Amino acid sequence: MLEIRNLHARVEGKEILRGLDLVVRAGEVHAVMGPNGSGKSTLANVLAGRAGYEVTDGSVLYRGRDLLALTPEERAREGVFLAFQYPVEIPGVTNSYFMKAATNAVRRHRGLSELDAIDFLTLVKQTMKDLEMDEKFLSRSVNEGFSGGEKKRNEILQMLLLEPTLAVLDETDSGLDIDALRIVADGVNRLRSPLRAVLAITHYQRLLDYLVPDRTHVLMNGRIVKSGDRSLALELEKRGYGWIERELGAEAPA
Amino acid sequence: MRGTPAELAFARHFAAARVAQASREPAWLARHRAESFAAFEAQGLPTAKHEDWRFTSLAKLEQIEFTAGGVDASAPTAELIAASRIALGPAHRLVFVNGCYAAQLSSVGALPPGCRVAPLSALLGSDGEAVERVLASAAEPKRRALVDLNSALWSDGVLIELEPGAVLDRPVHLLFHQSGADAPVGAHVRTLIAAGAGSRGTIVEQHSGETRHPDLTNAVTEIRADRGAQLDHVLVQDLPEQSTAFSALLSRQEAQSRLGLHAFTLGAALARAEVESRLEGEGAELALYGLYLGRGTQHPDQHTTIDHAAPRTNSRELFKGILDERAHGVFHGRIHVRPDAQKISADQTNRALLLSDRATINSKPQLEIYADDVKCSHGASIGQLDDEQLFYLRARGLDLATARALLTVAFASEVLEKLPHDGLRASLERALLGWLPSGGGA
Repeated sequence: MLEIRNLHARVEGKEILRGLDLVVRAGEVHAVMGPNGSGKSTLANVLAGRAGYEVTDGSVLYRGRDLLALTPEERAREGVFLAFQYPVEIPGVTNSYFMKAATNAVRRHRGLSELDAIDFLTLVKQTMKDLEMDEKFLSRSVNEGFSGGEKKRNEILQMLLLEPTLAVLDETDSGLDIDALRIVADGVNRLRSPLRAVLAITHYQRLLDYLVPDRTHVLMNGRIVKSGDRSLALELEKRGYGWIERELGAEAPA
Repeated sequence: MRGTPAELAFARHFAAARVAQASREPAWLARHRAESFAAFEAQGLPTAKHEDWRFTSLAKLEQIEFTAGGVDASAPTAELIAASRIALGPAHRLVFVNGCYAAQLSSVGALPPGCRVAPLSALLGSDGEAVERVLASAAEPKRRALVDLNSALWSDGVLIELEPGAVLDRPVHLLFHQSGADAPVGAHVRTLIAAGAGSRGTIVEQHSGETRHPDLTNAVTEIRADRGAQLDHVLVQDLPEQSTAFSALLSRQEAQSRLGLHAFTLGAALARAEVESRLEGEGAELALYGLYLGRGTQHPDQHTTIDHAAPRTNSRELFKGILDERAHGVFHGRIHVRPDAQKISADQTNRALLLSDRATINSKPQLEIYADDVKCSHGASIGQLDDEQLFYLRARGLDLATARALLTVAFASEVLEKLPHDGLRASLERALLGWLPSGGGA
């Protein structure tokens, strides 16, 4: 599904990703963990196509296609979804109008019929119920005045409406209390299928209690330095990242 | 007067109208017109030397010899009028073509008790005193050349009179339409609104057209709101892009009255929309909202003056401008607080959104405060569409043009949502979407 090879990327002239390799297959959930500044969010933003993230080397194949050649909207329509770490507020654009426009833009691209107002409302209200979101969020401006947790739920709501093939969660768990975390994780779990994949970028392992990953990767200094299964995440939680740094230091040629 | 071709043409227009009107207009009006034209002649068309016209040049207009309008053989059909109308639904509708009342295109309908809505041309024959009572109640002569020009040359217009306590059941829709003549037409129209104590109503004044000539619409609207009256006035100017649109809205408010003014400047090559509001009675409230659009080389100029002449008066002013390509916008907002006008609050904001690097805006707040116990604030901002917001929308599958359209409408929404009428809000939002390069595909 996703094949990242030797990815190098710069932000404001500074190299953040330095030869990142990562392969995610359909049906899998991968967790990417790492200390602050290791390049986690840069990876998410490069995958979504945010301006200002300059890829200097390497490649990203998504379902066999060059992902980096696509505009952000083409990526979204092709099924790549980024749940933002800091969802932006858009005063004056109502949440329901925005989500209907987005849902139908994606549906058109996939050759599906557009949802009319009634069908869309039925769908979105049911999905909100599952996420324990109040319907009042439909008529409010996108993310405006939402609490941190409400913004994250709104991201997951959009994800469920757009039904992506590859969901990239950028620290979706940060700032959530335990109930919200469970609801968000349930939402992501609902999406799991043999045809889809999830890349969960996180600082803490607690999300992974609910969203059990097939693979866990450690990102440091812009590269995946260690990969393992779920137990690696637990070990990171217990021991921090220092031991990996020491391990790498020992491996490094003198 | 400097004797520019336009000024000389106005003088010919005045001389000809004087002869034609002599038999059907009362003596007081002839006198009023003559004084007004003399005042115009003394001032002439404004030039850039005039402080209030620093950013707006009439050099092109000076060269145009405007002729008097009139409904001629090329009068528009009812279908054409219907097409240019904003979707207001049921309304008391009066249509004017090239400055003259078109009865066959109008549908005033039955009015509620205490409400009078009539074309000035008809009233002069039946109740000229009513016109005399209201005319120039808010316009001070010899101060504004274009208002004086209108006072001298107005060919027709409307009187809306609400008796104390009267309530308009539906909006009054005034449609001033410029239609194909064989030379540039200068249409001067006058709207007089007198709202008695405690009366209520909504008035929509629309200026539209479909001509190929660089026509001129010079509209003056006077509003008097007596004690406790509540009035909304919506001005929609969507004239063809080669036109010139002058409008002056002059209002006076008594105690406890509430006036909502909504000014939409959408069309014309050169638009000068002036508002001059005076709050004369304690507790009077004014809300002034505006949206102006410009693209190509359009030049929308907003010029507002709010005069707090009594204590405990409130005004809130919010203008938003959207400028694309090489458009040049102007916002001049003057707030004047007189020495004895204590405990007033005045809030002024102008925000401009520049969609192109070559669009420009001159924003000039001017606060003159002579009382000490006042709350006055003003803010101005100039910005582009937010890249973070654009990316967010695109990351959800919306193409760039749609995302830009959505954010542009969102920028305007703060002004649109203040409109007192759902159908009007929807049609102006549609007009804005239609104006955007993408046509707003969402």
